Amino acid sequence: MNAENLIALLIAAPLLGAAVLLVGGRRLDAAGHWIGTILSTTSFVFGVILFADLLGRNADDRTLMQHLYTWVPVAGFQADVTFRLDQLSMTFVLLITGVGSLIHLYSVGYMEHDERRRRFFGYLNLFLAAMLLLVLADNYLLLYVGWEGVGLASYLLIGFWQHKPSAATAAKKAFLVNRVGDMGLSIAIMLMFTTFGTFAFGPVLSHVTDASEGRLTAIGLLLLLAACGKSAQVPLQSWLGDAMEGPTPVSALIHAATMVTAGVYLIVRSGAIFNAAPDAQLVVTVVGAVTLLFGAIVGCAKDDIKKALAGSTMSQIGYMVLAAGLGPIGYVFAIMHLVTHGFFKAGLFLGAGSVMHGMNDEVDMRKFGGLRKYMPVTFITFGLGYLAIIGFPGLSGFFSKDKIIEAAFAKGGTEGWILGTCALVGAAITAFYMTRVMLMTFFGEKRWQPDEHGHEPHPHESPKVMTIPMIVLAIGSVFAGGFFSIGDRFLHWLEPITGHSEGDSPISAGVVTGATMVCLVIGVGIAYLQYGRRPVPAVAPRGSLLTRAARRDLLQDDFNHVVLVRGGEHLTRSLVYVDHTLVDGVVNGTAAGFGGLSGRLRKLQNGYARSYAVSMFGGAALLVAATLLMRAV
Amino acid sequence: MNPVYYLYLAALLFTIGATGVLIRRNAIVVFMCIELMLNACNLAFVVFSRMHGNLDGQIIAFFTMVVAAAEVVVGLAIIVSLFRTRHSASVDDASLMKL
Repeated sequence: MNAENLIALLIAAPLLGAAVLLVGGRRLDAAGHWIGTILSTTSFVFGVILFADLLGRNADDRTLMQHLYTWVPVAGFQADVTFRLDQLSMTFVLLITGVGSLIHLYSVGYMEHDERRRRFFGYLNLFLAAMLLLVLADNYLLLYVGWEGVGLASYLLIGFWQHKPSAATAAKKAFLVNRVGDMGLSIAIMLMFTTFGTFAFGPVLSHVTDASEGRLTAIGLLLLLAACGKSAQVPLQSWLGDAMEGPTPVSALIHAATMVTAGVYLIVRSGAIFNAAPDAQLVVTVVGAVTLLFGAIVGCAKDDIKKALAGSTMSQIGYMVLAAGLGPIGYVFAIMHLVTHGFFKAGLFLGAGSVMHGMNDEVDMRKFGGLRKYMPVTFITFGLGYLAIIGFPGLSGFFSKDKIIEAAFAKGGTEGWILGTCALVGAAITAFYMTRVMLMTFFGEKRWQPDEHGHEPHPHESPKVMTIPMIVLAIGSVFAGGFFSIGDRFLHWLEPITGHSEGDSPISAGVVTGATMVCLVIGVGIAYLQYGRRPVPAVAPRGSLLTRAARRDLLQDDFNHVVLVRGGEHLTRSLVYVDHTLVDGVVNGTAAGFGGLSGRLRKLQNGYARSYAVSMFGGAALLVAATLLMRAV
Repeated sequence: MNPVYYLYLAALLFTIGATGVLIRRNAIVVFMCIELMLNACNLAFVVFSRMHGNLDGQIIAFFTMVVAAAEVVVGLAIIVSLFRTRHSASVDDASLMKL
């Protein structure tokens, strides 16, 4: 069997799982979670087989194509269901199915007491299928199908506990904000079609030079808009924090490790377009830099452990977008950070889920404290994830983030300095907020209290089915970065697809690493002084203006409310007013006019024969007069 | 004698008939006025026949008389039945189709 034919099976396995679990009904309740887990693992096994096959080939020959069928066979509008497996999609496939399978396994334990567990696994499998379709598609139209599919799965899973109004609202919010980005993607695809006459990756990306730069900039900016929506970048970032209403495995898989990175994938995949449109690239880097600071600041102020991690996710994806905006200098490192982030952030979220599992679903870190004694495995795995994300030397985050900061400086010129400084400051803030999370959760005195029913939480370690995925992810968080970087393995792997250039950094790599270390120490130090040396108050202090703003997500919702919601309301109200007065006025006025006119005309029909006779004589007289007049003229 | 004078007479008779139709209420009188208008027309046809020297006008006059005779039959029948139902021969009283 040819390796190409396996590609469709990657998607088919989880899709089958979703169909079976969602259509199968209650009789599958007992075994549904294992069906889901096995099918997602099957997909992972296919992924590994294909990976081995790719490794056995030459670096230039690692693109496998599988043409399944022609989707829209219309002359001049050819849309195929064709899959492309190259180094870039292979990386994603392994990340998605690998982390996805681990999280399926974890969910078996986490969702044990949920009576809708089968449905949950159905949705998770649906997500995997859609995400795999997204990264394997060979044209933008098929990618769009996957793009919408993951949006749907995300919506279903955020609102999984739909009985909670907050979860239902969060799901709707995520869906609506994502629509804005999706609109960007659909318009970008239309523009591509009018420019290139096709939307398959190969023809579009190799004929970029045929199009004018303005056209490419427009396409690039629209793709960026799409990426902003899916990857929670400023200005479409507001949904990610609320998305934490979903079950924690969802936050780990969809809203940390995979789906939110789809925007980065889109930018890197469309690299040829961005390379030819420097203005769009500049905007991408600005969005990335702004978001990495924005998310980091929000992460510092949140007391909800999941929301703090959500801020962190936003910030880390900001790093990736920044790197992707740097062009060939940064593509490889964007993807490398994406993969290492997938490991450590999924691990951190699973750790947070484990803590919540042991603490009666409490999320307020001010009610944790001293948990390291009660949950040693969670503590160690979370701790390793923590060291990885702050960039502790030797761990994953150190390698990938350091490369991004270097690449930012290597952009050169003033831009390089600004972007590099932002990235450095972001590293310091990352160290601060992650240390804060760590100290508030696992160190210090225990601060939990009995709830209103008098139940005191009894923190306990989670079952093995949950800790094993955490351990695996922790191992990934520790070693992935080093494994990728030593001998530039990852660089050589991805280079044929993304290209690579070194850029010209004004400062040497060693200095950048040194500066990153200084930032790391500063961030950890400040957090230790604030949360390690002093006891953490159980009730949040009022805090500075910035803290209060950051607690409200830097006023993003207030901004949206004032500008978009209020504006939208005014717009609709005025439209309703116009409808009522102008449109209805014209329609009703016409009707009233005809009504009145016929009321008048009705009076002529009075039934008196003599008045009809008068009309007749009058008419006849007019006719005769007209005839005579015509004669005279 | 100048035939135009007969035309003046026809016009005069027609005007009297028309005026009668418009201002009189009694159905019988209105009816007679219509007859007067028809006969004014007949007179005019005959005069034209004489003036143009052919017989077309006189033939038309015969047709008119036939129509008038038929009309008398129908019209008088309507008037009689109107009078039976409404006990009045006024055209203004018959302003509604129903009773």
